[in-house]
Amino acid sequence: MKPAPFDYVRPGSLDDALAALSGDPGAKVLAGGQSLVPLLSMRLAAPSTLVDINGLPGLDSVEVTDDGVRVGALARHADVLAHDEAARVQPLLRLALSHVAHATIRNRGTTVGSIVHADAAAEMPVVLRLLGGSVDVAGPGGARTVPADELYVGPLESSLAHDEIATSAFFPALAPGARVAFAEIARRHGDYALVGAAALVDGDTVRVGFVSVNDVPTVVDLTGVATEDLGDAALAQLDPTDDIHATAAYRAQLVRVLTARVVREATTDE
Amino acid sequence: MSESLLDVRLSVNGVLHELRLPARRLLSDALRHDLCLTGTHVGCEHGVCGACTVLADGRPVRACLMFAVSAVGLELTTVEGLADDDGTLSNVQQAFVECHGLQCGFCTPGFLTTITAGLRENPQPTHEEARDMIAGNLCRCTGYQNIVKAVERAAELGAQQEVEGS
Repeated sequence: MKPAPFDYVRPGSLDDALAALSGDPGAKVLAGGQSLVPLLSMRLAAPSTLVDINGLPGLDSVEVTDDGVRVGALARHADVLAHDEAARVQPLLRLALSHVAHATIRNRGTTVGSIVHADAAAEMPVVLRLLGGSVDVAGPGGARTVPADELYVGPLESSLAHDEIATSAFFPALAPGARVAFAEIARRHGDYALVGAAALVDGDTVRVGFVSVNDVPTVVDLTGVATEDLGDAALAQLDPTDDIHATAAYRAQLVRVLTARVVREATTDE
Repeated sequence: MSESLLDVRLSVNGVLHELRLPARRLLSDALRHDLCLTGTHVGCEHGVCGACTVLADGRPVRACLMFAVSAVGLELTTVEGLADDDGTLSNVQQAFVECHGLQCGFCTPGFLTTITAGLRENPQPTHEEARDMIAGNLCRCTGYQNIVKAVERAAELGAQQEVEGS
């Protein structure tokens, strides 16, 4: 349970961080480390260099405008969760973040780190996709913006190049009249969800994002589907699988239950 | 391969320590092996059990999920830093004594640090909030009922001091 040796650099500027990444094809970025450090300790990953970005200035901000919430790469989940203005402009942030691990993990883990770690069992990648958000990325060739729909290419795999750093994520504001809901089922409070679901209802449009169902963060469009058919319509576009935590059949049942629950919450006043 | 060592300055319980460490030294191991502060316990070593919880700038974090080199600039508080200099127990420690909040004691340092920070943020938690405060820590003796009582007792002690102090 100890990581393999690695070189460590703690750059003081983004340019130095990008240079360090470019200089070693085996380098990885370390931000909050709440997913990366266990992977290293279990020796499931053994990067040759860790580029610790915790010393970079100006990346820990949470900026809120009428358009949405921009979360810097070093903003901790706890900072975003506690941000009242962010919760007002996009309520799904707080609803989902309260389900991200435990408070102690949220104190160190970063929202942007979780998004580019691209774990389909994590809440925030699905939230970003459901809301149609994006990630700002810095690389040797300059900066670019990656829409959430182009971010996830496979299990634990984002479309970021190895020498790029995600500098912020943008969550669009909730449109006037639109509503959101979030629910998940986990064996224990704070565990990864067996299944989680987030709903966004805007006029006639009904979309639901799923945590821990497919092997990438997945959003399905359920516009026009009758209430009693929501779960099965969602399942038609999903592929729940067996693992040590739950069978595929149980996951499918949770999809039915949670889909109905979050859509109901986002459409009715209870 | 000889592993290179890095100079690291760690501030722990108000004392600045200068160390030479490999980059891969976990903060939990640096505290225990290099600083001989063995109050911080290592249970699962992958962030699940909460036994290694320490305070970084007052907020609870898992010491096993951080590298010591990455903890520069943070003011760290371990369980050794909770009591007064004269040995007087903190409210949370006193409440654990009174409520029998520990059995084998292995998980206790993580609970004490977590609850210390939790009560600073929310000095008068409801019963539900007291339970939620400790949700990220495991006690294999399963002594949770008395730990929840200790959270509530520590809040009571804090409130009494407020009254006496005002």
